[in-house]
Amino acid sequence: MRFMLLQDYGGVESDCPPMAQWTPEEIKAHIDFQNTLNAELLERGELIEAQGLSVPERAKFVVSDGVSAPVITDGPYPESKELLAGYRMVDVETLDRALEIAARASAAPGINGAPIRQRIEVREVMSAPDPEV
Amino acid sequence: MTTGPATEGLLRELAPRALGAVVRRYGHFADAEDAVQEALLAAATTWPTDGQPDDPLAWLIRVASRRMADTYRRDDARRRREELAATRSFIPPGPVPAHDDTLILMLMCCHPALTAASAIPLTLRAVGGLSTREIAAAFLVPEATMAQRISRAKAKIKASDEPFRLPPPGTGGERMRSVLHVLYLIFNEGYAASDGPDLARTDLSGEAIRLARAVHAAVPQDAEVTGLLALMLLTDARRPARTGADGELVPLAGQHRALWDRALITEGVTLITGALRQGQVGEYQVQAAIAAIHDQAASHASTDWPEILALYGLLERMTGNPMVTLNRAVAAAMTHGPGAGLALLDDLGDRLGDHHRLHSVRAHLLEQAGDTGAAVAEFQAAAARTSNLREQRYLITQAARLSTSNKT
Repeated sequence: MRFMLLQDYGGVESDCPPMAQWTPEEIKAHIDFQNTLNAELLERGELIEAQGLSVPERAKFVVSDGVSAPVITDGPYPESKELLAGYRMVDVETLDRALEIAARASAAPGINGAPIRQRIEVREVMSAPDPEV
Repeated sequence: MTTGPATEGLLRELAPRALGAVVRRYGHFADAEDAVQEALLAAATTWPTDGQPDDPLAWLIRVASRRMADTYRRDDARRRREELAATRSFIPPGPVPAHDDTLILMLMCCHPALTAASAIPLTLRAVGGLSTREIAAAFLVPEATMAQRISRAKAKIKASDEPFRLPPPGTGGERMRSVLHVLYLIFNEGYAASDGPDLARTDLSGEAIRLARAVHAAVPQDAEVTGLLALMLLTDARRPARTGADGELVPLAGQHRALWDRALITEGVTLITGALRQGQVGEYQVQAAIAAIHDQAASHASTDWPEILALYGLLERMTGNPMVTLNRAVAAAMTHGPGAGLALLDDLGDRLGDHHRLHSVRAHLLEQAGDTGAAVAEFQAAAARTSNLREQRYLITQAARLSTSNKT
């Protein structure tokens, strides 16, 4: 089963401030944590992909009717907290295992190494149909 | 690196024989498997340019043996030698028929310590002779991730210290069941993905059939192995008709039967007829028998539904699987009318939960019964619950078709 584990900029349930206010050591600890988790997932044969996305200010929104020139909106956005910050795609044997990985990711360290309690959205990826249809 | 299909086919054929020989000589299934994989890659690179050696199997065994020897020289030689001495005692002397090695390797790969998800790639590599890259591409997983899955699987087998030999007569039943299950899953994986956009994906259905043929050749008297091979052939025969021009799913009832592969059907029917005559009926044989009836019918309507109904009844008693009951409901509806099918679905919810297939079967039966409104609701409920993209499209389309015809 494939799952996308998604995290946005807003869903931090601790009172941890944005990363711009952390010390370099705290940022390094956070990145090390993510790298270690990815290495572990790779080692277990579960990792498909892990990516962080560029900051919301650099996001663009595109809307088109397919005929006239598309409408392209540049940041910054008032609703930037709703934007995706990064994702992991994992291929695991059970939903429980996906939830376990999400829980690990949620507890990534922030200020003073305290867990930031990032909200992780867990979504199953649609698969190919069963043969018996 | 490009390998001609001839070389590729030959290498896959020789892979289990080379591995069997190297394990017999050196012990250590896990290391031997790595060594043979390297030899296969070397062959795929050099043979197309340098020409194929006179004795390809001997070449592979020689190159793999050299890799094994190199590995042993490199690290902790003494411990290795001791382990080797310990494993050697398990290796039966003398030449061994190629079929036996294929079967032993299958049984090793479908070790009880492994989940099916680990056993599948290991089987494809060790017995099927596929490269890690090919397996990774087939399952749409990065190569490094797939390599880890395979090496973890091998580490588990190594830890179990299992000797490399056929299980003593009468003790291999459970393991044989796992072998058949793993082959069945590989087939299904390929069958489900067979019409995806990525043509580079290895044909897993074809690989599963090839491996099932090899196991069948090793134990031709095993009726369930024969049944599984027949089931694969009889299902694969319908593959060309299973998708429409735009890649959409075409259910059995709507398939253009002239597209079915007659040669596969003939072979499958012959196999299953022979297996059933042996009198030890198992699940795969019953499923193959059902597939054979479908494949031989001129149309969906003229199918021998009473026979299919009876076979699903038998399969239900053998397995207790609620998905089988679902199929029996379809057969009951075709035999006795939609009301009979719907009645069977009534108490199925307790056992099957809120499964999308239950909703979609109910939708079809309600439509047959003329209850269009309820059918639309059930198609929508099914579409909301499936995690299969193309199935979801099919179900939404059905709901839309009925709602539209309802309005006009």
